[in-house]
Amino acid sequence: MPAQNNYPEIILSVDQINLSFGGVKALEDINFDIRKKEIFAIIGPNGAGKTSMLNVINGFYHPQHGEIRFKGLHRKQMRPHEAAVQGIARTFQNVALFKGMTTLNNIMSGRNLKMKSNIFWQALYYGPARKEEMENREVVEYIIDFLEIQSIRRTPVGKLPYGLQKRVELGRALAMEPDLLLLDEPMAGMNIEEKQDMCRFILDINEQFGTTIVLIEHDMSVVMDLSERMIVLDYGRKIAEGNPDEIRSNQKVIDAYLGVAHSN
Amino acid sequence: MFYREAGQFKTTYIADQELFPVKQDRWGLLIIIGFSFVVIPVVANDYWLQAILIPFLIFSLAALGLNLLTGYAGQLSLGTGGFMAVGAYSCYKLITIFPNTNVIVLILLSGFVAAGFGLIFGIPSLRIKGFYLAVATLAAQFFFEWLFARVGWFYNYNDSGAIEVPVRKVFDIAVTGPIATTEARYIVVLSIVTTLALIATNIVRGRIGRAWMAIRDMDIAAELIGIRPLYTKLIAFGISSYYAGVAGALYVFTYLGAAEVEVFDINISFEILFMVIIGGLGSISGAFFGSAFIVLIPILITNLPLILGIPINAATVEHFNFMIVGALIVLFLIFEPHGLAKIWSIMREKLRVWPFPY
Ligand SMILES: Nc1ncnc2c1ncn2[C@@H]1O[C@H](COP(=O)(O)OP(=O)(O)O)[C@@H](O)[C@H]1O
Ligand SMILES: [Mg+2]
Repeated sequence: MPAQNNYPEIILSVDQINLSFGGVKALEDINFDIRKKEIFAIIGPNGAGKTSMLNVINGFYHPQHGEIRFKGLHRKQMRPHEAAVQGIARTFQNVALFKGMTTLNNIMSGRNLKMKSNIFWQALYYGPARKEEMENREVVEYIIDFLEIQSIRRTPVGKLPYGLQKRVELGRALAMEPDLLLLDEPMAGMNIEEKQDMCRFILDINEQFGTTIVLIEHDMSVVMDLSERMIVLDYGRKIAEGNPDEIRSNQKVIDAYLGVAHSN
Repeated sequence: MFYREAGQFKTTYIADQELFPVKQDRWGLLIIIGFSFVVIPVVANDYWLQAILIPFLIFSLAALGLNLLTGYAGQLSLGTGGFMAVGAYSCYKLITIFPNTNVIVLILLSGFVAAGFGLIFGIPSLRIKGFYLAVATLAAQFFFEWLFARVGWFYNYNDSGAIEVPVRKVFDIAVTGPIATTEARYIVVLSIVTTLALIATNIVRGRIGRAWMAIRDMDIAAELIGIRPLYTKLIAFGISSYYAGVAGALYVFTYLGAAEVEVFDINISFEILFMVIIGGLGSISGAFFGSAFIVLIPILITNLPLILGIPINAATVEHFNFMIVGALIVLFLIFEPHGLAKIWSIMREKLRVWPFPY
């Protein structure tokens, strides 16, 4: 069945995206496709436009030109809320958790779109409201076990160390059961052990739930291990695309990005 | 997507999600409610009921409403007095139009009128935040003060300009008006406040409560998990105004007996905001702590010197009241934004592990 090989393979295509802030061009003519169920990386030096790219994908920034196609749906602009409905979840470079809420409530809030019971049932905490709360709680408990954060269930997340906050944020994104998961530097500021845990979670999420993952990461060894394909951004332009071997041997990439290490 | 072990968790979650997972807390609350309904009306004298308990409960309800909006959803409002006035005047008009309807039903209905206006005045919250939103809610406060003072229809063109509460009976017992006993009014207020407090507790522990707190803590991230900011904030304004409206109706119908719009001026808005801050932002019990505090402080300041035999005049009491409440608000904002409710829970935690320090 050749038709099946064409359409369902690509979950997201980015077409000629141009984004600028005043005079600053954050993204210029960016094109790439993300295949279903792959782990795809976006790398590049600081200020290259990686975070901006994620912000365009989940509707937080609106590009001046270009188009995003997600699950076959074309769009030029959409609200972040719509992106969530479509099945896009993400985490942030500088953790964006709900600081006053517990781990449990943060992750439960990720189930928001799955919960439908109306305010009258909720006021009584009975019938559909109660049932829905229990069902979603089960899913959340599964995620808590999966991420091994049982012991901080009731802790307000503002009080957690940074590494655990990143994990809770991943849990909240996961609770949305997304088709596409965008991770912005999920390992930044972590020690080796925490990084290893995070790598394991990312691989397990991809494998067990079949979630497509887009990953921004600075640690090259991590990126090369985790991702099947990647693009390299530099000053808002795409300078390379390919699998880890191709990227490693790409002269442009070595100059722009890895070159920094070489010159030392 | 996720594998579920059917049924295995269920029983534990239901227990875990209970309102008060700790048995002592559950019993404690039931005892307090039972005591309030059964013992207090018998033992408390008129002074206690009229001067302390009834206003305490009514202000608790208003503070609870504001706490839903400000403490949970993070939207500052200075319009509480205005929405209380809407509740009171709606109830007055409803009782004029439907003289034979149960007055408790009318009090509860008048909350919906306040909720409707709360929704309208909540619309600016999509665009403006914090201080600027507070200023916008002041517009509601002044608009309603002006409306109920100037438009005679609202007070049935009485010469006095005041609304006067007629006698209404429930099960043949007068609950409003001059002949209603303090006990009867107390029971009405207590029933309504208890019910609405339980409802508030249910709302904040479910989807809506989480959405409010998410908007409060990080609105951008909230939107990215599919929470719609305007819708969520408007629900907060609506429900909060419902509570304010019912509190306003109770204030006139079961406490004052007659009132002009001045009783709902900007001072009451601030007073209720202070209750929320002192009691604890984002806490249901905090509303009760805060209200008890603000109601009791002036009584203590008045009576303590008398007991000690020191003469004190009314103006001095008022000054002391301002100073103490003002200082406490500053202290709480700096040192314990979660207020008395948090202090109480720390004490309780200590008590539970007592005598061991950990
Ligand atoms: N909201 C914004 N307003 C103005 N400039 C921005 C904004 N977001 C990003 N930029 C600019 O776009 C460029 C790319 O930034 P970013 O996407 O954060 O890079 P990266 O994540 O690769 O480090 C930078 O020059 C940055 O200053
Ligand atoms: Mg970035």
